[in-house]
Amino acid sequence: MRAILIIARLTVAETARRRILAVLFALTVVSVALTTWGIERLVTLARDGGTPDIEIVLGVSQVQILVAFMFSFVLAMTAAFLGAPAIAADLESGVAHAILARPIRRADLIVGRWLGLVVVIAAYAAASGLLDIAAVRLVSGYTPPQPLLAVVFLAAQAVVLLTFAMLMSTRLPAIAGGAICVVLFGLGWMAGVFAGIGRFFDAGPLVAAAEASRWLLPSDGLWRGTIYSLEPQLVVAGAISGAGEAADANPFFASAPPPATFLAWSVAWIVVVLVLAVVSLRRRDL
Amino acid sequence: MSAAAPGGAIIDTRGLAKRYGRTDALVDLTLGVEPGEIFGFLGPNGAGKTTAVKLLLGLARATGGDATVLGAPLGDRAARREIGYLPELFRYQPWLRAREVLELHARLRAVDGGAPAPAAAIDGALDDVGLSDRAGDPVGSFSKGMQQRLGLAVALLGNPRLVILDEPTSALDPVGRADVRAIVRRAREAGATVLLNSHLLTEVERVCDRVAIVDHGRVLASGRIDDLLGDTQLRVRVTDLPATGLDGLARFGAVETDDGDWLTITGVIDEDIPDVVAAIVLAGGRVHAVDTGRGTLEELFMHVVGDTTDRP
Repeated sequence: MRAILIIARLTVAETARRRILAVLFALTVVSVALTTWGIERLVTLARDGGTPDIEIVLGVSQVQILVAFMFSFVLAMTAAFLGAPAIAADLESGVAHAILARPIRRADLIVGRWLGLVVVIAAYAAASGLLDIAAVRLVSGYTPPQPLLAVVFLAAQAVVLLTFAMLMSTRLPAIAGGAICVVLFGLGWMAGVFAGIGRFFDAGPLVAAAEASRWLLPSDGLWRGTIYSLEPQLVVAGAISGAGEAADANPFFASAPPPATFLAWSVAWIVVVLVLAVVSLRRRDL
Repeated sequence: MSAAAPGGAIIDTRGLAKRYGRTDALVDLTLGVEPGEIFGFLGPNGAGKTTAVKLLLGLARATGGDATVLGAPLGDRAARREIGYLPELFRYQPWLRAREVLELHARLRAVDGGAPAPAAAIDGALDDVGLSDRAGDPVGSFSKGMQQRLGLAVALLGNPRLVILDEPTSALDPVGRADVRAIVRRAREAGATVLLNSHLLTEVERVCDRVAIVDHGRVLASGRIDDLLGDTQLRVRVTDLPATGLDGLARFGAVETDDGDWLTITGVIDEDIPDVVAAIVLAGGRVHAVDTGRGTLEELFMHVVGDTTDRP
């Protein structure tokens, strides 16, 4: 455990020293400022035009989900490009050889690196998500139903990608591992869309394939958790009554929170992939 | 805890082998390194030296043979606590300062208990390698030679029982190489055993007690350098030496004369060379030149490796 904490602290220090944290924070502030300004303008124009408050709330909630998607995308990319070189770059530079010649396990290196990056990603998700929610509330008075849960799902989605990127990092060069993660993130997102469309057309095999891929990489399922936590119940009820199950084909809508079995699977998935990363590095000649 | 028996071999390998796919990186490495010695591990590029070091440290798995390091199986964590290692191709975290690299390795060395090396030990290690005035600078700003000095400081931190140096002088200038020789000797005086992996033969010849020459993954020759290089042949250009004077030199070795003024004495030990010259002068001879004609390690290396090599 001591070795894991040493490596985790080193990893957090690395992201700070390399100005990754500073850049992410600065971009977050700029993004929140711009999107909040946009929402404030829309709200002001709508109010001046006599739009009912309920419609303003609906509009703000939808824009907020779009902004959350932007952060989810940035987080996913950050996770992929922090995780993919986490081991690969250390092996390439010889840093890993010097460290692993010390009395630490290869598992310590993997889990320590992972833990440090989880801290960075969770902190970024919390900072960006809560800052955005607070700013939107300030200019519109709207607060989503479960803001903290939304942030947790946002971070969990990124942790899924981070863990997969670290598995890739034990065997592949950083660029290859990062590219694979980005592609899989996109495929997972598309699988969610196809699952909804498949249900509308009652296309059983399509739904089964799309659902299977969502379980193979649970990032999109967790993203739906973020959406559901940000949606007013009015939106959920209205969408379902209007489009039924096909409403889920909209990648910015969730008709229900992720089931408990899916959440348990997501946690197990992260553990299993992390163990695979450890096994992969242990079996590798350095 | 390491199971190293007191007085037992620090490194003991028996037929150690490593195969990567269809390539044999190491075929049959059998050698022993005794406590307190500086052991030179020599070979051309691609001979299997770095592979052997990685096996000894548990960074790669052997595909054949058996070995112990500090009395423990390869890769044993307790044994690794007692090993200092300078990798061949390495770059420490460029965003860390030199002192922080040493602090990190001091903490990693003590993960299983015990206190990390104190600040004074870190100061001492930086001072030993001449980096005291750059302790606060980021490693990314260091030249290759400075990084190698830092690597030496990391390897020697905390007085490990075994120090494995993989090409420690490859990026250093002549002054730096002399410093490394002094550092290696000090490490031995502090009780360490040193495995010096190098292809810089003059460095090895100056500092090592014993060597093993390896190529194509096999040990081609090993032993004390003096034994491997054979007897010293002392050649002296001398005039006016009476025949009785020649007889008096027989106690130093086998004496031969040629048609000119040169005489050759084979088997002279280095310490006796001044006495040989004094004996000639006392006998009435006039010494014009003295040449110690022993072969060099480089000649031996070229001979041994050249006999087996069939490189393209």
